[in-house]
Amino acid sequence: MKNIFKIAFRNLLRYKRRTLMTSMLIIIGVVMVIVFSGVSVSFKSMMIGSITDSMLGHLQIHKKGYVSSIDNLPLHLNINEKGIKQLESILKKHNDAVDAFSYRIKFGAMLSNFQETTNIRLTAVQPQMENAACPRLVERINGDIPNPDKFIEQGKIIIPENLAIGLKLKAGDEVVLVANNKDGSVNGLSLKVANTIEGLLGPSGRDGFVHIDDAKTLLRINGNEINEVAIRLKNPDNLNGMNKLLAEELSQFVNKQNKPVFEIHTWADLSPFSTIAAIVDLLIITIKIVLIAIVLISILNVMMMSVYERVSEIGTISAIGTLPSKILWLFMAEGFSLAVISTIIGNIIGVLALLLINIAKFHFSFGRMKNILLETSIAPSELISVSLIVIFIAVISSLQPALKASRMQPVDALRHV
Amino acid sequence: MSLVELKQVTKDYQIGEMSVRALKNIELNIEKQSFVSFVGPSGSGKTTLLNLIGCIDKPSSGEVFVNGTAVNSFSNKEAAQFRGQHLGFIFQNFNLLPVLTTYENVEYPLIMVQNIPANKRKESIMYYLEAVGMTDQKDKYPSQLSGGQKQRVAVARALVTDPKLVLADEPTANLDHAAAFKVIELMRQMQQNLETTFIFSTHDPKIVKEAEIIYTLEDGKLVTK
Repeated sequence: MKNIFKIAFRNLLRYKRRTLMTSMLIIIGVVMVIVFSGVSVSFKSMMIGSITDSMLGHLQIHKKGYVSSIDNLPLHLNINEKGIKQLESILKKHNDAVDAFSYRIKFGAMLSNFQETTNIRLTAVQPQMENAACPRLVERINGDIPNPDKFIEQGKIIIPENLAIGLKLKAGDEVVLVANNKDGSVNGLSLKVANTIEGLLGPSGRDGFVHIDDAKTLLRINGNEINEVAIRLKNPDNLNGMNKLLAEELSQFVNKQNKPVFEIHTWADLSPFSTIAAIVDLLIITIKIVLIAIVLISILNVMMMSVYERVSEIGTISAIGTLPSKILWLFMAEGFSLAVISTIIGNIIGVLALLLINIAKFHFSFGRMKNILLETSIAPSELISVSLIVIFIAVISSLQPALKASRMQPVDALRHV
Repeated sequence: MSLVELKQVTKDYQIGEMSVRALKNIELNIEKQSFVSFVGPSGSGKTTLLNLIGCIDKPSSGEVFVNGTAVNSFSNKEAAQFRGQHLGFIFQNFNLLPVLTTYENVEYPLIMVQNIPANKRKESIMYYLEAVGMTDQKDKYPSQLSGGQKQRVAVARALVTDPKLVLADEPTANLDHAAAFKVIELMRQMQQNLETTFIFSTHDPKIVKEAEIIYTLEDGKLVTK
């Protein structure tokens, strides 16, 4: 085998310019895939990290049917104390995988500055739990937060930045929240503006935060009631596994009609960004298909040329007794060697390009997120998968010319001029 | 038993819709350790006859025996194995592999055909390079050698596997007169020293005189011995 590769390698060097051009095509293709994957996957991870760490958590549990009517922020689908205990027992059982969870009451209300009134969507939280489940939420809050575990206190409200501007509100101003409780009666609560919060993806956010005890007062909730549990996982890569596991365990809780009480969703089920993430994945696949086409066509072309130019040589080695299988391997080894060498060089240049991007410290904006540092990275598994794709396609595209060479009759090949 | 035996061998080629008979009812016996030449003008069937004996081609009818084996019914793989074990070839255009050095060209059949281990190859290769006078040129590539030198390397490559029979198709056609005689003389020496049978084709009357046995071919027929 060593000698087959020695001959294959020398044959590649025999047509230096052609080998160089084919190799460069493959190298450019590999570099393109690595750089694009490195940048886009890093961008995707950063965005997903922002969404999960500052808003959604990795998983959310609601009462069955809540998500389908989530735009109404219904209060009749709250989880009662018994349900909370059931959820707590399951989540604490998986404390090896679950990093933190936060109880929330989401509700709609009217916000008034005593002159103007507007609607607002509020998330009522226990700040310590919320900070543990969504540790980057505080990054979106304007102003000084000395203790993130107390980012919202009782009697205070964090309002969206745009509403604050529109209603000319600032920290310390008094506002009134008016909301319907689940029985339909209207209640009001006077609160002080603590801070303003930036929307995650754009300037149109209407999401504010209050302390969960204030929400209970406003909504006249006696005892414990919530309508959302946000869960943070220790390992986000384990998202689908934990989703499946928790879904199975939650299915044990059924109502009187023998229907499940709870539902669980991943962040991707709840965020439109999952579509962007899917498009990014699709683009990476497209680039890989382009790479496959480059490798397939260039290796097929170079190997066909190689066979055509060496017909007489094939006749000679066949006449002196080289078995057809060895002739096949000689040509396959050429395509394989070309792909391996090009892939190694492509990998090195691709990784260096990603390092250079990191050294150059590129910054970009996305929605309200400004000055995001582009920190590229690529998983070794991605490098291996790209390399294997190139090598596999090179072997496949070498097969037809190699078979042609191995099946040549020596008498015909020797006659070839 | 003859080393080579042909019985009523004919060979037809299809050229378009026309069938051309290249060899007609050839009857031939060649004994071991002989130095044989096929002579005849271009198109007389010399190369076709060598190809049939060398298991490179198959007859249209008749039987070909080499070393007692009927070679006309071989599959491609069997023919390749037989050629690798029993036959050596020398070509008009030398046909050395351009990417291999002199040493590696002689080594090629030992590695790729006979799978001889590395420690047993060197002695044999150096012996044949010495025999053909190419030891000093062992690290040169074919492009760095003259025509005569290339053909001497080809002789060493043909002999290194210790074949029973060496077939040489017009081995001197691309050489000047002096080089041609040197190659034939070398082949003759090898035939005597190694007791190998040589069959070569030529249309050069001066070269042909060097053969022990001369077969003349005309229009696909063996006319004189």
